[in-house]
Amino acid sequence: MNALSKDMSGPLALFANRLNTLAGPERQAAAGALARTGLPDRKSEAWHYTALRALGKQDYAAPPAQVDDGAVRTLLDGVLCAHPAMAGLPRVVFVNGRHAPAFSALPDDVDLAFFAQAPRFGLQAAPDRDPLVALNTALAEDGLYVRVPAGVDGGHVMLVSLGVAGAEPVSFHPRHTVVVEKEAHLRLICVQAGQGAYFHNPVTDIVVEDGATLEHVTVQTEAAQAISLGTLYAHVGHQSVYDSFVLGLGGQLARHEVHARLGATRGVVHVNGAQRLAGQQVGDITSVITHVASDCTSRQTVRNVLDGHARGVFQGKVLVERIAQKTDGYQMNQALLLSPDAEIDAKPELEIYADDVRCSHGATVGALDDDQLFYLRSRGIPEHEARQILIDAFLDEAIALVTDATAQTFCRAVLAARFAGKGDVA
Amino acid sequence: MPAVTQTREAVEKLGQSTYKWGFETDIEMDMAPKGLNEDIIRLISSRKEEPEWMLEWRLAAYKTWQAMTEPKWAKVAYPPIDYQDAHYYAAPRKKPGPKSLDEVDPELLRTYEKLGIPLHEQALLAGVEVPEGERMPVAVDAVFDSVSVATTFRKTLEEAGVIFCPISEAVKEHPDLVRKYLGTVVPAGDNFFSALNSAVFTDGSFVYVPKGVRCPMELSTYFRINAKNTGQFERTLIVVEEGASVSYLEGCTAPMRDENQLHAAVVELVAMDDASIKYSTVQNWYPGDENGRGGIYNFVTKRGACRGARSKISWTQVETGSAITWKYPSCILQGEGSVGEFYSVAVTNNHQQADTGTKMIHLGRNTRSTIIAKTISAGRSDSTYRGLVRVQPKASGARNFTQCDSLLIGDQCGAHTVPYIESRNMNARIEHEATTSKISEDQLFYCRQRGLSEEDAVGLIVNGFCRDVLKELPMEFAVEAQKLLQISLEGSVG
Repeated sequence: MNALSKDMSGPLALFANRLNTLAGPERQAAAGALARTGLPDRKSEAWHYTALRALGKQDYAAPPAQVDDGAVRTLLDGVLCAHPAMAGLPRVVFVNGRHAPAFSALPDDVDLAFFAQAPRFGLQAAPDRDPLVALNTALAEDGLYVRVPAGVDGGHVMLVSLGVAGAEPVSFHPRHTVVVEKEAHLRLICVQAGQGAYFHNPVTDIVVEDGATLEHVTVQTEAAQAISLGTLYAHVGHQSVYDSFVLGLGGQLARHEVHARLGATRGVVHVNGAQRLAGQQVGDITSVITHVASDCTSRQTVRNVLDGHARGVFQGKVLVERIAQKTDGYQMNQALLLSPDAEIDAKPELEIYADDVRCSHGATVGALDDDQLFYLRSRGIPEHEARQILIDAFLDEAIALVTDATAQTFCRAVLAARFAGKGDVA
Repeated sequence: MPAVTQTREAVEKLGQSTYKWGFETDIEMDMAPKGLNEDIIRLISSRKEEPEWMLEWRLAAYKTWQAMTEPKWAKVAYPPIDYQDAHYYAAPRKKPGPKSLDEVDPELLRTYEKLGIPLHEQALLAGVEVPEGERMPVAVDAVFDSVSVATTFRKTLEEAGVIFCPISEAVKEHPDLVRKYLGTVVPAGDNFFSALNSAVFTDGSFVYVPKGVRCPMELSTYFRINAKNTGQFERTLIVVEEGASVSYLEGCTAPMRDENQLHAAVVELVAMDDASIKYSTVQNWYPGDENGRGGIYNFVTKRGACRGARSKISWTQVETGSAITWKYPSCILQGEGSVGEFYSVAVTNNHQQADTGTKMIHLGRNTRSTIIAKTISAGRSDSTYRGLVRVQPKASGARNFTQCDSLLIGDQCGAHTVPYIESRNMNARIEHEATTSKISEDQLFYCRQRGLSEEDAVGLIVNGFCRDVLKELPMEFAVEAQKLLQISLEGSVG
């Protein structure tokens, strides 16, 4: 294994100490793949708009065994207090990528297991295709395995990932698996939060079996210095629904990458999202929706609000294979630039090989509409309030697509708490 | 209903299912040996009797090219090109300086006839005057392989002060102008193919429209690839001074060939204050046969610089030919209030592959751009729209509207849309929309029910689909383009 260390140049060197002490064929193969490819740079088309330079030059240590409970409690309270209903939901809490039983309130109706006890790498995320998946595969310590048995309504499950870093930057690479069996139903709310400088690199493998429904909301409020690069693979079965939404607010660099595969007829996928960024933040929502069966539907609405020097990235690809006739695909990305230094880079992409389809996408970029501002101001609303109203309304059109009422209210509450009175231009 | 008549006529011709313009001309060629090296470049330069600076420029470009690698990002697949296995110079053997038609090789004239060059074209070339009030004359600078052999209307143009000549001639006669502008819009090192072109370009057109002059006629160049294994490397430079305007037409046909031919042209446009350039292309090179054998590889770099305030550059293209198309006519919108337009119809059939689109780079305030791209895929072809809209921080008030529509005919083809949208100015507004669908059953049924055959109906619907673009073409081209659409889609229905 030590031979590997020779190839660990560039950003990979940051993980070299840990990559050289791996056990198990999967991890070794992943480390090998990673050594061959390295981490992606902007020459790679999938990373054209997002550079990983922010990973920095400091080594990322494995998280310490002991974490200050007080810090965890404060972070968790921050999440749970955002909305009163949240405290009552079953939750699984991970701290620095490890399950923290003391803070969890495990659900009853679903099967749970943990990666630390029984590693499951899943079938969809391939280390040789995606360097970040390879990094995760090599270094994953823990993660949640949740299975909703056939026909069962699993209710809500919260997956809370907290990063707590001290002076030394840490990285954690949780590996989650979600299986919603036939005709079952699950409402999954993932919340990411933390403090300090850390690198969160989760990989989530989702299977929604025939006739099942998964409503999946991710609320990303990582620490200001955090880097969060999540990759998610979802397989959607016959007549099943994968309805996902991401709210991106935190982190210095955050990427939410979704690969959804409509593998059987009449499946439905929603990959919606909203991000509101400021300061020097970079937020990236990337998705690849692959239609490999006929009569499926995919919908995507993403809204970006960018202030300060923030940069938003949207890359959405809809791939319709030859066999996927009668596909109905729609994709819309809209961005609102609030400051002269904000930037949006969007790449909505259609790759279509079937002829009997209806696919469309749209994208718009602009500032707040002067006419709308004038309308509100002429009714006596002060400018900053008027701006706030318009920004909220803009984002709300995406948030309104969240079908789970609890999650929807939670999203609104988190957004309001973070941006109360921030209507003014920075 | 002229459109319907056109359509019907065109469809009737579909019976002859060969490439209509696939024929060869037997003319003695003056040809350089195969391969590319400094000696060949020196040879080209000396055959062209070029000044020293031009040779230096070529050699520098060649050095740059050697250090570059072929781009792989486009969605096209083709076997590796052996750049040493082509002739880089081929000129029809000619008497010195054909000043009149009589001196032009009759075989060449017959070729033009077959090409259907309306050398009003033909008649005007022979010196027939057009009575007042008839339609606008067109000036033709016909490029036969690499050397321009006939330039008409030289006189009328000269009176207006417009320079329209082969670029090889411009290098000698207007060296200051050429030196000032050549390579300023598309630098030699811009990309692999532009570097190659800069090193070995043999001919092309040069247009200079002086201040305040509205070019009295539409300028037109028919390109034609003829000799076996000759890559053709056109170089076009159009400079339009303050308040001047020009409309330029470029049309292409090529004889049928079994071997792939490489074409890497560079077109540079420069528009000063209040100047306007309209550049229209109908591209109909040999696309290869039904099995994807042969056909032209078309790797073109076209770019216009709107340097002056309120200047305007408009690209219109109808792309039906070539086995591989790699082409992104772009606008650099530098001058305040300048306007860029891109209207495109790209049709692919059989095994054709097209990766085409545009780049609109907004640098100046209140710059505007419009992109209308229509893509039609049939047979086993793949067609990609790839476009970039970039708004730089200083381009306040910039405005872009993009519409990309793709039509799929048959279940073995692909249509792809890859737009890149980058905005770094909050006061810019960008709108993009794209759709992909097939010809609707309702529309087909409606046409069939009125007695049109399926092929007629498809032709009609396709023409309607492309209307927004076709209407931007000058009259002469619009008619030709409509026919081309029919012919290109032949055999794709039913």
